[in-house]
Amino acid sequence: MSDARTLDVEVPEQGGAESMMINMGPQHPSTHGVLRLILQMDGEEITLCEPVIGYLHRGKEKIGEGYSLHKFIPYTDRLDYLAPLANNVAFAYAGEKLTGVECPPRAQAIRVICSELSRISAHLLGLGAYAMDLGAMTVFLWTFRERESIYTMIERICGARFTTSYTRIGGVERDLPEDFWTRLREFVRTFPGRVDEYEAMLTRNKIWVRRTQGVGVITREQCLQFGLTGPILRASGVEYDVRKARPYGGYENYEFEIPIGTEGDCYDRYLVRIEEMRQSNRILEQVIETIPSGPIMNREAEGSLKAVLPEKTKVLTNMEALIHQFMVGTESDVLPVGECLFSAENPKGELGFYLRSKGGDKPDRLRIRGPSFANLQILREIVPGHMVADIMAILGSIDFVMGECDR
Amino acid sequence: MSDNLLFIIGTNLAKIILFTHLVLIFAAYMPWVERKVSAWMQDRVGPNRVGYAGLLQPIADALKFIFKEDAIPGHVEKVLFVLAPAMTVIPALLILAVIPFAPPVKVLGESVQMVIADLDTGILFVFAISSLSVYGITFAGWASNNKYSLLGGVRSSAQMISYEVCLGLSVVGIFMAAQTLRLTDIVTLQVDGVWNIFTQPIGALVFIVAAFAETNRLPFDLPEAETELVAGYHTEYGSMKFAMFFAGEYAAMFVFSALVAVLFLGGWDVPFMSNATFAALGNWGVVIGMLSFLTKVCAFLFFYVWVRWTIPRFRFDQLMHLGWKVLLPLALVNVVITGLWNLP
Repeated sequence: MSDARTLDVEVPEQGGAESMMINMGPQHPSTHGVLRLILQMDGEEITLCEPVIGYLHRGKEKIGEGYSLHKFIPYTDRLDYLAPLANNVAFAYAGEKLTGVECPPRAQAIRVICSELSRISAHLLGLGAYAMDLGAMTVFLWTFRERESIYTMIERICGARFTTSYTRIGGVERDLPEDFWTRLREFVRTFPGRVDEYEAMLTRNKIWVRRTQGVGVITREQCLQFGLTGPILRASGVEYDVRKARPYGGYENYEFEIPIGTEGDCYDRYLVRIEEMRQSNRILEQVIETIPSGPIMNREAEGSLKAVLPEKTKVLTNMEALIHQFMVGTESDVLPVGECLFSAENPKGELGFYLRSKGGDKPDRLRIRGPSFANLQILREIVPGHMVADIMAILGSIDFVMGECDR
Repeated sequence: MSDNLLFIIGTNLAKIILFTHLVLIFAAYMPWVERKVSAWMQDRVGPNRVGYAGLLQPIADALKFIFKEDAIPGHVEKVLFVLAPAMTVIPALLILAVIPFAPPVKVLGESVQMVIADLDTGILFVFAISSLSVYGITFAGWASNNKYSLLGGVRSSAQMISYEVCLGLSVVGIFMAAQTLRLTDIVTLQVDGVWNIFTQPIGALVFIVAAFAETNRLPFDLPEAETELVAGYHTEYGSMKFAMFFAGEYAAMFVFSALVAVLFLGGWDVPFMSNATFAALGNWGVVIGMLSFLTKVCAFLFFYVWVRWTIPRFRFDQLMHLGWKVLLPLALVNVVITGLWNLP
């Protein structure tokens, strides 16, 4: 075929008798999803690393242009599929920023709970997979014990464990049930002890320390050059967390610290994530104490703006509400002309939604800034010079999700 | 020793059948134990579907392996590919020949050693045979014609050769003190005296670490490090050939646990019992001795499992560093100390 194309991938030449090319992924047990790495190796040492992405590309941004904001919420579940609730929250805030709908305080507090539970859950999986890749299987299964209780809570929040689609423009879908609170209190009480258990297995474990310290060092400058965010950025010593830098959703009302690393190596990234889990737990404690009562949807906005869905019971009993529901669900002129960018601190880093509207009910352009995409860029820089076994430490500590990278 | 040829053949055959099957049963049930213990450590249930508490799981697994298609990929070096699994199982079973299981048993008024071959060169035979097992893995890695397998094979040959040196040196102290290489003599000396683990703590430490490396168990399971090399040297293997690698690994674990028991934990010794007590108890002494020996083996096997599910894996260079720069000097120091201690 004359018009055959090739991927724009720089495939290194087979150089010399000593070097070997290895194609790691997209189906390799430790590339967590469908990341593919083309490695050139000299014995066990890597001389070149070329990440190839796109195996999970589903065209989410384009899909977003064809749907109204509410209809896109389920798609956000499948971005960072380890923290669907956090994606829902970020997208809802972005939509609210565009439409100018305020989120009531109780819904904001519920969203904080959602974000922090997601953060804990995602960090737990990140930590577990990281430990498992370095051979410590038990930590992985221990983290699943806590993740199970988080998933049970998520099931109580919205009825689904994985595909949550919980937030709405102007609030959240439903209020939290009573038994959720008992579960959450129990979780918050026991969780710090569980983190201590993980730490007992790893933090001072000589093999763990030797496998991670000084491995995959990312400097502060590299972080800024490559636009890395999240725990990786903080492990390299940059004090940047969207929750502190540009507080949203009432994060300014809660007390928490941002853990900062010093070396920027795999060990620091591990420590930062461990500490972030403790801090998230601290935020959850405060939310339990301070959550205000009140509506969970901004009902005042119902009349003026058609971005907010009416109450379901009203839809079933009231003609106007039914029409309203129909208008929101089909064609209606709900989006003001304009553009907005909202970014939230997600478990993997800064998740940004850029929305541009020319009116109508669908955004003219939806751009998603997935933190994993930016974070994976650094692989080319830091992997060469390491050994094959170090890739597992580096990938584990970068803790990426391909669903969000490929979108 | 009887001159009756029939008697010698009969007793030896009985011992071979008994011990080999003992090891094979252990090798079959170790995965079950491993799964149960790991489940217990990790808040899980473990196998519980096949039979009571999943006790028939090994049989189900074996049946599954037997009935799987024995596929040989097109790109492999056929002869070595088929030979390799056998070459990992056979050395493990051969080492068994020199391991004393119990004090001598009285059969028809004759005293019979509870060891298949009571060689004068005992432990040297062990090292000679155990170094052969590296060929199975290396050939598997090379014959598979797969880069991950090759890396696994290369890693394992480097690892096993390095740790063989430590393994050999770590027991030199015992022979200097015992002045014999025969394993039955080493046990009888411990039965009347002190267990070698107390007189040779450094040697025991080095031996145990090296035994982990020799059996490719975590933290030294680099040749088959799943997350790095997919499945290492047995990536291309399936059905019964894979099962043989599996069985070979567990048989090797049993054999090395038995060696630890014989060399350092007094073999069939029970605390506060001497050779005279064992002899006085007659064949009951044999039963007690064998149970004691198997208890020690099981305890060490449990230790194997415990370590595997607790700590992470070494990196290749760190493994080499540990072998050559830490364990080897330690073993040499142990030899020097033992030499000075036993000065006439």
